[in-house]
Amino acid sequence: MGTANLPLKNLLRRPGRTAALVLLTALLAASVFGGSVVVGSLRRGLESLEARLGADIIVMPAEAESKVSFKNMLLQGTTGAFYMDASVLDAVRGAQGVELAAPQTFLASLKADCCAIKVQIIGIDPDADFTVKPWIDERYARDLGDMEVAVGCKVTAGVGETLKIYEQYTHVVAKLAETGTGLDTAVYCNMDTMQKLLAAAEEKGVSHRISSGSDVISAVYVKVRDGFDVGQVNNWLNGHIRKVTAVRARSMFTDVSDSLSGIARAARALIGAVWALALAILLVAFAMMIHERRREFAVLRLLGVSRRGLRGEILAETALCGLAGALIGVGVAALGVFPFTTLIETKLGLPYLTPNAGTLLRLAVGTVISTLLIGLLAGAWAAARLSRTDPGTTLREGA
Amino acid sequence: MLRAENLSMRYFRKTGQANHFYAVKDVSLALRPGEVALLTGRSGSGKTTLLHMLSGLLKPTEGRVMLEDTDLYALPDADLSRLRNMRLGVIPQGRSAVDTLTVLENVLLPRQLRGEKGDVDEAFRWLAALGIADLVNARPAELSGGELRRMAIARALAGDPEVILADEPTGDLDDENTAAVLSLLRRSATEDGKTVLLVTHDSEALPYGSRVYRMESGALSEQA
Repeated sequence: MGTANLPLKNLLRRPGRTAALVLLTALLAASVFGGSVVVGSLRRGLESLEARLGADIIVMPAEAESKVSFKNMLLQGTTGAFYMDASVLDAVRGAQGVELAAPQTFLASLKADCCAIKVQIIGIDPDADFTVKPWIDERYARDLGDMEVAVGCKVTAGVGETLKIYEQYTHVVAKLAETGTGLDTAVYCNMDTMQKLLAAAEEKGVSHRISSGSDVISAVYVKVRDGFDVGQVNNWLNGHIRKVTAVRARSMFTDVSDSLSGIARAARALIGAVWALALAILLVAFAMMIHERRREFAVLRLLGVSRRGLRGEILAETALCGLAGALIGVGVAALGVFPFTTLIETKLGLPYLTPNAGTLLRLAVGTVISTLLIGLLAGAWAAARLSRTDPGTTLREGA
Repeated sequence: MLRAENLSMRYFRKTGQANHFYAVKDVSLALRPGEVALLTGRSGSGKTTLLHMLSGLLKPTEGRVMLEDTDLYALPDADLSRLRNMRLGVIPQGRSAVDTLTVLENVLLPRQLRGEKGDVDEAFRWLAALGIADLVNARPAELSGGELRRMAIARALAGDPEVILADEPTGDLDDENTAAVLSLLRRSATEDGKTVLLVTHDSEALPYGSRVYRMESGALSEQA
């Protein structure tokens, strides 16, 4: 029987009650979608960092950790520099079990040089590098040339622009894809360019030399050959090469991973609590709504609406409220999360990379469906209670 | 013809000497097309219970209700609901408006529930006959008790049912409107061939009835 537009009329002509139900479901949807996006971004940020790092072991000067937190350089983009003799690279390459060893040299820009803030400049050897180069290759097919730089996505310089570092003009040839880590605030160049920048920095009084005339590097990224134990290679490097510290890359981020797991657990618990609370509130709200409207429903039965038709009417109202609430909630959460990714990243101090559009769409659709389901569950419960009520008895009450 | 055959409604209760009582006991009744049957009796005598059973709203504990050859309570809910919509016009006691609909929408509702568009002109005619044509766009919350009652009568008549079952249809009406409603229901029976049952306390209704029944303690008797 034709009751198709009755639910819509009921909702539109009771705006206060409808707004309350929509608000409730919107809160649920916003918490679920917002929480899922934050957790997903943290997870993707860590995965991105691990992928970018790509090394099993990082070798750096023994005093490096006392000068600057290497982890913070990678996570939050804090600048810092430390140096060791370039001969360390050969020593590392000579170790048993080392498949690849790639040097990197660091230099921190002066604040006023190129950007509003100090940025980390990282020199790489394009022939040996296996961590940064694949990332640069995504945006720039050739090797970085003399005085050419690739910049992280958060550096305020575009492709084709000139970047002045220690009075040296460099040419930006690529803007790299976002990683959600401190690597996004760094500038990358080849070792020849880095040597020129180091010399220019020295002229400005920023000393980096460890002994006059020798080449320097800041770290060696090591990939261990298959079949060799990373821990044993790490121990060998620590035991046989003087004045360096070899650190397993994964162990460097264990606490980050633990923090991430903790945040993800807390977010999941919060989403679960909101879910349970919303279900309880919706059940109460629908029970109250059914009680308030029981005479109206009895009249509909009297006029010829079947039990099934009445259930359909209630579920249609629930579905419309749920759909409107879910869409509003997802929209509000998107407005509350996406414009503030940098703030969230800074506050959490963890790698944060917003999931791609496909994942976001799946999350949004999942949120809408689950919010609809919870609304329908509450509506179905209310409808089941109503169908047990005899319309004749209801019509006599308060007649 | 609408027939009640040995109809009883027994309720269980936890207190008192007996663990059950009869609201309606062993009632047989035949309502014929073209006649207005009046059902009188004191409050609590079982009149409304009987009307609800005849309306297909309350399943009797014993006996059956037949509309022509159809046993109402042998039908599945969907079929019984459709029958109630198509063939029965029920006017219950008290408020019976769908509050979110206007007066006109309420009157058109039985036909729209059938999937029809609803005849607005016909709805206007019934509302005019009952003196509330100027309230078509009003919401039930804006109406007095008497206006709501007349709206319910217009809704029952606009559905063009074979049988009209009205529970105290003149309860909230003044003398003038009482006479108008009773005349209208009488004409529905005599001119349109409808079967009409009026549950009433109102002695003014007596001249409009073809038959008068009285309920007492759940038992039905026909008055001379």
